Amino acid sequence: MSADAPTSHRFPENARAALADETLQRSLASAKVGFRVRRSEAAARLPEFEILRDEARDIKNHVLAHLDLYLEAFETRVTERGGHVHWARDAAEARGAVLAICRAAGARTVTKGKSMISEEIGLNAFLEENGIEPVETDLGEYIIQLRHEAPSHIIAPAFHVPKAEVAATFRKHHTALDPARLLEQPRQLLEEARGVLRDRFLAADVGITGANFLIAETGATVIVTNEGNGDLTQTLPRVHIVVASLEKVVPTLEDASTILRVLARSATGQEFTSYTTFSTGPRRGEDLDGPHEFHVVLLDNGRSDLVGTELQDVLRCIRCGACMNHCPVFGVIGGHAYGWVYPGPIGAVLSPSLIGVEEAHHLPSASTFCGRCESVCPMRIPLPALMRHLREREFEKKIPPATQRWGLRIWAFLAKRPRLYRLATAVPLRLLGRLGRRSGRFRSLPMAGGWTSQRDLPAPQGPSFQSLWDRAGGRREKPV
Amino acid sequence: MTRESRDAVLGALRRATGRDSNAAAAAASVGDRLARHARNTIPARGQRDRRGRLDLFVEQAEAVDATVALVSGAADVPGAVADYLRGENLPTRLRMAPDPKLDAYPWDEAPLLDIEHGKGEASDTVAVTGAFAAIAETGTLMLVSGPETPTTLNFLPDAHIVVVRAADMVACYEDGWDRLRATGRMPRTVNFITGPSRSADIEQTLQLGAHGPRWLHIVLVGDGPGEVEGSDG
Repeated sequence: MSADAPTSHRFPENARAALADETLQRSLASAKVGFRVRRSEAAARLPEFEILRDEARDIKNHVLAHLDLYLEAFETRVTERGGHVHWARDAAEARGAVLAICRAAGARTVTKGKSMISEEIGLNAFLEENGIEPVETDLGEYIIQLRHEAPSHIIAPAFHVPKAEVAATFRKHHTALDPARLLEQPRQLLEEARGVLRDRFLAADVGITGANFLIAETGATVIVTNEGNGDLTQTLPRVHIVVASLEKVVPTLEDASTILRVLARSATGQEFTSYTTFSTGPRRGEDLDGPHEFHVVLLDNGRSDLVGTELQDVLRCIRCGACMNHCPVFGVIGGHAYGWVYPGPIGAVLSPSLIGVEEAHHLPSASTFCGRCESVCPMRIPLPALMRHLREREFEKKIPPATQRWGLRIWAFLAKRPRLYRLATAVPLRLLGRLGRRSGRFRSLPMAGGWTSQRDLPAPQGPSFQSLWDRAGGRREKPV
Repeated sequence: MTRESRDAVLGALRRATGRDSNAAAAAASVGDRLARHARNTIPARGQRDRRGRLDLFVEQAEAVDATVALVSGAADVPGAVADYLRGENLPTRLRMAPDPKLDAYPWDEAPLLDIEHGKGEASDTVAVTGAFAAIAETGTLMLVSGPETPTTLNFLPDAHIVVVRAADMVACYEDGWDRLRATGRMPRTVNFITGPSRSADIEQTLQLGAHGPRWLHIVLVGDGPGEVEGSDG
């Protein structure tokens, strides 16, 4: 399942396969338009949206500069309310902490709310190996769990699965139901999952959720869902375990409220998600429901190494998915090609940062640097700049092939010498302009097949900008 | 293991943030921020007056597929609940939160309602609860857990009916937090509920009633004639 080893090092092959997958191409085409329109309409409806983005960014920057202190404050509050905090340096420690809690509770099945951290630590496969059955309850996560697939999008994990395939999956697994039942409409599929999962909710011994925020002021953990599955997961079983990474902490309820105002609008274009739930400790003495035990597993897994570095900004991410919804690369290859838990522009930065440039060095190059991701990121993460940092790291570690590195060196040599650059480019440009004069474009070019196999290269039109500039008497700074 | 891990993680963060050189000042700044819990920008729509709040709440709640009934006073609440159940062809057997605020309504005047009190059960079709507050900004209900207000009622039934007093209508989330702080206790659970349960996980087709309630009905109770009428109901 998702605990499988990353395949980010095979990104070019993954991407080629994705481009050839017609089903995936149809899902991608229909999904991205809806997400983009809804996000832009939601942003337009709230005049303060841009100010809130600034404030959200500032809140997280402040937190990251004081992360140790806010985590200690959070831990103190959780403990005061009768909860337990478990610190985990890496995925193995986090899995171990969850398993120990499940074992102590005598758990046979656990229900799960949607959690990217659970994917990151490969929790489901680990629990299964240890005789505990994990049941994903978010509809999309449930579908891909049955299909033994990884999420292809951080908020729409099964958007790549057409309804006919969902129906086939349900027929294969829900064998107790009438084989002659109708499963054609999304409504019928949803009803079936609701019925099957309701029984699982009621039977579970432990409920595991992620967290969108941890509140230092009160010790609360926060989940945001539309389905209500997270709430059933964390209210019905005897034990509630939250798995969350360090950077989820925010100072106060007010700070969380500010970021919540940009989260749903950026993710789904909703004004607010259906259910936003703040959980603080286990049930109180007289309460009629709620868990008897409350545990928070706090995961580092490489994040503390990013604090104070040029990559720190990536830790502001609130996992809304806007960057991938607006990314032209994600838009044609989908999520699985990225080869690890986090796809799209955020994955192109987070994956090499967390699992290493050696494994994931292709991802920061899978970008046109169009900048749309940064322009829609509610936390104003400069994703293209971070990708550029990672490309530099890749270059420094001599990961690209020698021909590519030499090519870049030659280009850099020329680019720093404008006169030479103009001279070296003038002849080929004139030649291309003449060859492509009739059609205005090239369908194929020697040595540029990678480009022209997917689109045409426009032919140069007339003289270059630089020569026009000189002819018009434009001023030139002396090159330094 | 966790002690050692804790020290390692916090140690790494302290080094990365240069904590040794500024420990006292940083601790003071963090302590101050937590104690003051200052507000950030509140959108203009989250700052309306009483009348404006009611209108905005109804508009926002209806936009996310909740239904809203406006009644002028406590005496009309049982009738509004019975009317809703009849209109939606829902059973009259319902589970009600053991909440003294709800007991104040004259349920005897709707004798057809078969009311049981307690937490939510798997077999429940209809639940009736109060709300700690309602937040006009996004048509959001704020419910808190407690012996009189069990959380399971908010998620297990097919239909969730929430009786909200107009006096509990606040403008923005921050107003809700201030009200909660004023009670002096932090409950296990605070639910912000905005419309019924939904999912678009199958082919991006939005459908109501994923795992939580399929229907969310809000009975908004004024303090007397005139307060909440005039809007559509």
